[in-house]
Amino acid sequence: MAPPGGGARPDSPLDLGPRVRDHPPVIYILQRVVQGFLVLIGVTTIVFALTFIAGDPASTLAPLDTTPAELEQFRHNMGLDRPVPVQYLDFLVHAVRGDFGLSYSSHEPAMGVVLERLPATLRLTAAAVLFALVVSIPLGLLAAMNHDRWIDAAARFFAFLGQSVPVFLLGMVLILVVAVGLRWLPSSGAESWKSLVLPAISVGSFSAAVLARLLRSSLLEVLSQEYIRTAYAKGLRGRVVVMRHALRNAALPFVTMLGLQVGFLLSGAVVAETIFAYPGMGRLAVEAISRKDVPVIQSFVTVAAVIVIAANLLVDIAYTRIDPRIRLS
Amino acid sequence: MPTLPGLLGIAVLALLVLTAVFADQLAPDPDAQQLLQRLDAPSWAGGEHGYLLGTDNLGRDILARMVHGARVSLTVGLVGVALSGGVGISLGLVAGYLGRRWDRIIMRVADVQQAIPALVLAIAVAAVLKPSVANLIVVLAITTWFTFTRVVRAEVLAIREMLFVEAARVVGADDGRIIVRHILPNAAASIIVIATLMVGNLILFEASLSFLGVGVPVTTPTWGRMVFDGIEYVATAWWIALVPGLAVMLTVLATNLVGDWLRDALDPRQRRR
Repeated sequence: MAPPGGGARPDSPLDLGPRVRDHPPVIYILQRVVQGFLVLIGVTTIVFALTFIAGDPASTLAPLDTTPAELEQFRHNMGLDRPVPVQYLDFLVHAVRGDFGLSYSSHEPAMGVVLERLPATLRLTAAAVLFALVVSIPLGLLAAMNHDRWIDAAARFFAFLGQSVPVFLLGMVLILVVAVGLRWLPSSGAESWKSLVLPAISVGSFSAAVLARLLRSSLLEVLSQEYIRTAYAKGLRGRVVVMRHALRNAALPFVTMLGLQVGFLLSGAVVAETIFAYPGMGRLAVEAISRKDVPVIQSFVTVAAVIVIAANLLVDIAYTRIDPRIRLS
Repeated sequence: MPTLPGLLGIAVLALLVLTAVFADQLAPDPDAQQLLQRLDAPSWAGGEHGYLLGTDNLGRDILARMVHGARVSLTVGLVGVALSGGVGISLGLVAGYLGRRWDRIIMRVADVQQAIPALVLAIAVAAVLKPSVANLIVVLAITTWFTFTRVVRAEVLAIREMLFVEAARVVGADDGRIIVRHILPNAAASIIVIATLMVGNLILFEASLSFLGVGVPVTTPTWGRMVFDGIEYVATAWWIALVPGLAVMLTVLATNLVGDWLRDALDPRQRRR
C-alpha cells in the first residue's frame, strides 16, 4: 500500500516522474489505458487464432464453393502458406489500423461494414442500460428499506425471475403482448425511439435483476454500519440517511457490476437484434455466419471487445469520482 | 434440509433428468409428422387432435420434441460444466498454488477472454466449426472456463496461507497431496455453487446459440432450435416457440434456486440476509 498522499508505487512501470505522481488519478487512469490496450492485443490474437480452430485456415476462410485447385491459389493469394508467426505479425499490423480484409459478401472493408451498424447497437445497449438503472435502483432501494416485508419479497421474486428469463423468450412475449396484442409499440425495425423500447427491455432485464439484487444486499450491508447509526443518532431522517450516506457507499459495487454487465448486454443485444429485426452489428454477425463471412465476424468480435474494454475503463475512472480513497491507493 | 425454493428447484431438475434418461420410452419418434394435423393448438387451448402441447408447422408433436430436447439441454449443461470446470479448476489451482509466472499468464488470458462477450465469442467459434453437439460443448467450455479459474484461484490464495496447509507441508506432504487432500476439499463449496449455477447458464447459452441458428445441426431437436423454428409463427401459433422458451426459463430458474440454496447452505459468509 502507498502511504497516504503518495502517488503511484515507486516500483510502478508507469512512473512518469514527480510531476505526474502528484496527480494520482492521472497515473491510475494511464495504467488502466495501457492495460486495456494490452488486453486488446490479446483479443486480436484470439481473433487471429479463430481461423486455426477448425484446422486448415484456408478452407475456413475460403468462400463456400471453392474447388481444391482454387483453394491452393487462395492459400497463396492470402499468404496462408507463410510461417504462422509472419502471418500473425502481418495480421496484427493490419488489425491495429482496423483492417480485417474485405467482407466476402459485400466486398467492402469488413470493419467498415461492422462500424456502419455500430451506432444502432450502441443505441440499443444504452437504452438497455437506462432501463436497467431505472428499474434496479428503485427496486433495490425499496427492498432494502423494507427489509423482510412484502415489498422486499416481491422485489426479490421479480429479480429472480429477471435473472432466469432468456432474452429470446422475453422478446417473444413482449412482441406477442405489446406489439401484436395491444398494438402499442412496433415489433421490428428502427424507425423511431418507439422501436427501441421492446428490445431494450428484453436486453436490460437480466442486468436490472442482477443490479437490483446487488444494490439491495450492499445497502443492507452498509445500513448495518456504525456511521449509519451515527447519522440516525444525529437526528437525520431515514430518507436522508439512505440517500446521502448509504447509497453513496453502496455505489461502488453497483458501478463495478454495471461495468461487468456490458458484456452480457452485448450478448443479449445479438439475440434481441435478431428477434426484433433490428439493424445492429449483432444481427449483421449472425447473418455473416451463414455466409461464412469470417472478416466481418473477426471485426465484430474486435469491436465488441473494444466496447467492453472502454466501458471498464469508464468504470475505473468513475471510481476515482465516487470514492476518494481509490485515488490514494 | 433444503429450503422450499431449493426443494422446488431440485424437483424440477429431477423431473428433467428422468425425462432425459427415458426420452426414448416416453416419445419414441420426435420426428414423426402428421401433415394433416399441422399447427394444432395444445389440447387445453382449443386443439382438435389432442396433443398436450400442440404440433408445429410440420405436424410434429411438440411434447415429443420437448422430451428429446431435454436430453440435449441436459447433456450440454452437464458435460459442458464438466469440461469447463475441469479446465477452469485445474488452471485456477495452478495459478493460485504455483503463482508467479503461471499465475500471470493464466490470469492475463482470463482478462482477455473476459473482454469478449461470451455469446459473441461463441458465435465466432461456432461459425468456424461444424455444427454438432460435441463442438457446441467445446465452444461453451472455451467461453466459460475462466469463471471457475477466478473463483478457484481466489480460494487457493486464501487456503494456501492457512495453518493446516503449513502443518501438512511440515510433516512432508508434497504439492500434489496438499492440493488434492487439503486445498480442493476446502474449495469444494464454492466450486459446487459455481458449477450448479453454470449448468443453468450453459443450458441458456445453448438455447441462445441454437436460437441464432449456430449451435447444433438443424435436425437435432433442441429447445433453442424449436424456438428458432417457431418464431415465424409466433403471432398465429404461439405455442411452437413459447413452450420450449418457457422450458428453458424453468430450467434456468430451477438451477438458480438450487444454486442459491447451496450457496446459503455451504457458505455462511455469503449468506443473503
